[in-house]
Amino acid sequence: MSNSLKPDVSSQDHSQGSTDAAVTLVEYGDYQCGYCGEAYSLVKDAQEALGAKMRFVFRNFPLAEAHPHATAAAQAAEAAARQGKFWEMHDMLYENQEALSSQDLMSYAHEVGLDPDQFKKDIGSDTISDKVEADFEGGARSGVNGTPSFFVNGQKYEGDWLDGALTDFLRSQL
Amino acid sequence: MLKTGTSAPDFELNDTPDQTVKLSDLRGKKIILAFYPGDWSPVCSDQMALYNETLKLFKKHNAQLLGISVDSKWSHLAFSKDRNLHFPLLSDFEPKGQVAKSYEAYDEKGGTSQRALYVIDEEGTIQWGYLSPKGINPGADGILEALEKLDQNQNQKS
Repeated sequence: MSNSLKPDVSSQDHSQGSTDAAVTLVEYGDYQCGYCGEAYSLVKDAQEALGAKMRFVFRNFPLAEAHPHATAAAQAAEAAARQGKFWEMHDMLYENQEALSSQDLMSYAHEVGLDPDQFKKDIGSDTISDKVEADFEGGARSGVNGTPSFFVNGQKYEGDWLDGALTDFLRSQL
Repeated sequence: MLKTGTSAPDFELNDTPDQTVKLSDLRGKKIILAFYPGDWSPVCSDQMALYNETLKLFKKHNAQLLGISVDSKWSHLAFSKDRNLHFPLLSDFEPKGQVAKSYEAYDEKGGTSQRALYVIDEEGTIQWGYLSPKGINPGADGILEALEKLDQNQNQKS
């Protein structure tokens, strides 16, 4: 319906790639969502194909009632970001989507080399849960209608994204 | 679709096997009516699963969400339980689609409601409506904008 991203991508976002890349892809995703797991590897393919021409931003959209571990997983990635390891944790979570219990999250924190006490403190903090909720609310206002939802250069992408279709579309935007 | 400013047609439908919801009993709250074709679409792309998560945003505007489809009350019960839904799903089952028809949101060919949204104010007047193209989940942004606008107008009046 509304098809534009609110708020715009900013320095508050977790992003990979140059800020002046020709194309910016924003994903609203849920760590426990199976489709998002598929999107995870397809986004990596797109990044490889487009290289420096593409910037990727990830925002949280946990469907908490359907996916009981989704919120804690999102908070874990945000807590890792506090220690400069957002993407390491993001990748770890998507590569282990079937195991997202609080015990699992602690062991991933260990694997990516986080200070465990700090991680524990951050994951339960209001700041982190507010950040996840703010992402969710922004997504809802931007017209996110399911996960994953993609925005390309600020506009919602409604097309096919499987089987290389995402990469093809991003390429067509260069 | 009924026009903005129209009085919302009243109805009474089952939300559980032994309980009903009557629209006119809900005066004093804003009502969001979400007509949808049927239960059981895949969770990640499901409109009701999305609204289940945006309920907290609707509540800030004193708005109650009602989902409506032609599914039976037993299907609704199972679907609601499966998805942990925290709002009523109304069964527009007998006569089939009668309420959807009264809101001009029925797909005669498919025999289900269309994907149509209405926002009704505290006095029972339709303040916003949207008919989604076939197969497209309309998201929550239109509803949120309509609710915000209503609150703004009310604040200006008072």
